[in-house]
Amino acid sequence: MFTLKFDENLCKTCPTCDCLVKCQYLDLEIDEARKEMMKIIKGGDSFVLQDCVTCYGCEEYCKRGNHPFYLITERREEKGILTAPRAITKQWINIGEPRGKYKLGEIKEKILSFGFMPEFLELVQGRLFDDVMPSYVFGQEFFCNVVYIHFANTSIIKERLPLVIDNFRKLGVQEVVCLHDECYGSFTSLAPAYGIEVPFKPIHYFEYLYNRLQELGDEIRPLKSKVAYQRPCSSRLCPDTHHFVGDIMELIGVDLVERTYQGENALCCGSIFRMMYGYELANDVQKRNIDDMVGHGAEYCVFNCPACLNALATKVAKRGIKPIHIIDLCRMAIGEKPEMEVV
Amino acid sequence: MKDVTLSLAEVVGEKYVSSQPEEAYFYARDPGLMPAHKPDYVVLPKTVEEIQRIVRLANKEKIPIVPMGAGMSLSGLVIPLKGGIVIDMKRMNKIIEVNEKARYVIVEGGTSHGLLKAYLEKRYPRLRHSIPDSPATATIAANVMIHGQGRLSQQYGFNSDMVAGLEIVLPSGDICKIGSCSLSPEWFSKGAPLPDLSGLFLGWFGATGIISKVALKLYPKKRMRDVEIFVTDREDLVPDIIYELTHTEMVEDINIFAQPLPMIFKDNHHIVICVTGDTDEELEFKKKMIFDALDRFIKSKDGGFMSVAPAMKETFLEMPQKSASTFADVTKGGGFEYSGPIIVVERYPECARKLEELATRYALKYNVTARVIGRGHSMMFAFSFTFNRADRDMMDRTKEALHEASEYALASGGVFWKPTIDEQRMAIERMDPNTRNLIKMIKKDLDPNGIMNPGNWEVNVDEI
Ligand SMILES: Cc1cc2nc3c(=O)[nH]c(=O)nc-3n(C[C@H](O)[C@H](O)[C@H](O)COP(=O)(O)OP(=O)(O)OC[C@H]3O[C@@H](n4cnc5c(N)ncnc54)[C@H](O)[C@@H]3O)c2cc1C
Ligand code: SF4
Ligand code: SF4
Repeated sequence: MFTLKFDENLCKTCPTCDCLVKCQYLDLEIDEARKEMMKIIKGGDSFVLQDCVTCYGCEEYCKRGNHPFYLITERREEKGILTAPRAITKQWINIGEPRGKYKLGEIKEKILSFGFMPEFLELVQGRLFDDVMPSYVFGQEFFCNVVYIHFANTSIIKERLPLVIDNFRKLGVQEVVCLHDECYGSFTSLAPAYGIEVPFKPIHYFEYLYNRLQELGDEIRPLKSKVAYQRPCSSRLCPDTHHFVGDIMELIGVDLVERTYQGENALCCGSIFRMMYGYELANDVQKRNIDDMVGHGAEYCVFNCPACLNALATKVAKRGIKPIHIIDLCRMAIGEKPEMEVV
Repeated sequence: MKDVTLSLAEVVGEKYVSSQPEEAYFYARDPGLMPAHKPDYVVLPKTVEEIQRIVRLANKEKIPIVPMGAGMSLSGLVIPLKGGIVIDMKRMNKIIEVNEKARYVIVEGGTSHGLLKAYLEKRYPRLRHSIPDSPATATIAANVMIHGQGRLSQQYGFNSDMVAGLEIVLPSGDICKIGSCSLSPEWFSKGAPLPDLSGLFLGWFGATGIISKVALKLYPKKRMRDVEIFVTDREDLVPDIIYELTHTEMVEDINIFAQPLPMIFKDNHHIVICVTGDTDEELEFKKKMIFDALDRFIKSKDGGFMSVAPAMKETFLEMPQKSASTFADVTKGGGFEYSGPIIVVERYPECARKLEELATRYALKYNVTARVIGRGHSMMFAFSFTFNRADRDMMDRTKEALHEASEYALASGGVFWKPTIDEQRMAIERMDPNTRNLIKMIKKDLDPNGIMNPGNWEVNVDEI
């Protein structure tokens, strides 16, 4: 069985304990943070195991290569601490169960992975993807299953992720461009953390978009608008790709507004909070987030994850900000029409 | 006796009467499991006077009459068990009057729910009615005749509770007005403050008269609607959840469903909650109240609000909701029937377990659907199965499963809704004898020749 590689000594000597100190949902000073972290490591009872809202943030805050959030998840599962209502957990686990109903495009060495996000079947259009389409995969068989860390369930990941990786292997692909950064995070963070081998090169689609836009450089017409970026939880698993947001925006001539809730300080879209904790937390987070976008004069709210888009699109639109997926924004910059209607 | 087809043609015109086998074939059956039985004649009147003449003719010749809307009630209620004349009401589809301030509409007896919805949307966008989730061709008169339930039933009761007046062609051929319209030009009440005579007709399946006009109460239509779905894996908590929800008085409609496929629905019970509002603030306020009301279930991890993607939202918000019709054909082969007793909400858990058990035992595709009626006073619980009409064995299994479901429902205090003949017989046998005698008296007095949809609510069980 795959086990989490976690180095206790790194924590013992950690000068910052940033994992918990920077947490936006728990209020801990460094000493308390270290104490709670050690409790968690030793398998003791820590209030963090009850109160963590699964924003994935600490995975990014730890700069020492440990995996605090995966550890929290492990411990919760061991102790039977549920994060979400049982019915919701069951529902998600059922949705991701492989059904033998996946879709394959014309598979080449380099493919696009849509994971299990049907939105990408619609979104991935036009010249930006000329190079690789129609080489794609879609379906539960190619679904990274990372989402189950929200549900304190790593055993399902350990069971399914190797099979998913094997499905890629069977296709003989060399490079996988992940359209959902949760998949990218699973191949570059979660799988290595558990010693699961990844036999292909994962590429984040931000990197792909950035390179492709550079190739199409002559055709870019700067969009000259002010945008806020909605950073998803999954991006915390691959923070090294985050700089591409700024890079892409610069390329297509938009102004990424300097707002309070961005970068490490970004707020979750709220959809997971709604399901797991009810109205108050979700509403508070969404309200602060959107107020912040409005307050900084954003014209567009640019999404990375389609699930965030579903959760926030109507709400931002009602506040006069146009919701748009980053792919559509890039397509607009090269004179194409966005695929998902801007409400 | 003059040829009946000719006599009917004299009433409605040749084009609108038939005794041909093609028509007889279609009018002999419905999409459910009841065996077909051919009518002798099919007739489509245009006016109330034509209905009167048809009824008088039938009365004189002692020919059975079966009024028919869209034939969508599934339980064989429009199958002419003893042959005779099927009166198809679809040509009588005029919307006669809308009284906007008093919020009611008067329609002819064959007007469909779809037509009324479209009409109101166009002409009276601030008004709405309680549309059922049956196909949009379903008629208003028939729907109140079978005590249907629709989008506003959680707030206002059965669709028949929303009737504001009736015009009836009695089995004698006389026209009778029921409610305020019997002495006032205004159709605002089906009974009170008068004796409520609507009970002589509503729920009788056309066995006491034909509705030629019906007035229906209309309700405020808020500008926005939204849907939330609360899921739990513990069916025993559903009644408590409904109690809390209905206590908020913030909800338009509450439906519950459970089904094993697709996988997203497996193992859970889904409480579909529709909310309405005129402003974002109103909608948000109501949602907050609803979330707060269910907070203890979220905290105990027994239930939560699932995230509903926009496409799914649309499906749940559309009126009528087509997903029931989609389910109706999951087995392919076009067979769908449900036994839908009205039960108290506390019975949901045991009925849900029973349905699952029946489906497993009879190897059938099933779904649980239930609609809350009147702030939790009761609910319609549908034991639904789909089947392939080309598969005799599957049809037999469905029949047996439904029969067992009916017996079960009755034993647990349920009362059949739109019962099949089989269920009507069970109900009559079980009913308080004095009530049964009253039914017999009423029917005998109103329809001494027993021509109106015979077989239905037949108190002399051997006559069924
Ligand atoms: C997929 C599906 C979903 C459904 N969902 C719902 C739902 O959400 N709510 C609901 O209430 N029902 C539902 N139904 C059941 C049914 O379709 C409706 O109740 C519908 O309103 C019945 O109307 P109809 O015109 O088809 O009635 P019919 O089947 O034609 O007639 C029903 C009864 O009324 C009598 N009748 C018809 N017209 C008259 C008249 N003018 N005067 C006197 N008697 C008359 C008939 O003789 C018969 O006894 C559903 C059905 C299906 C197939
Ligand atoms: S998880 Fe990382 S940040 Fe947290 S205490 Fe350990 S080493 Fe430090
Ligand atoms: S996942 Fe988020 S909420 Fe949980 S401890 Fe880490 S930073 Fe805090």
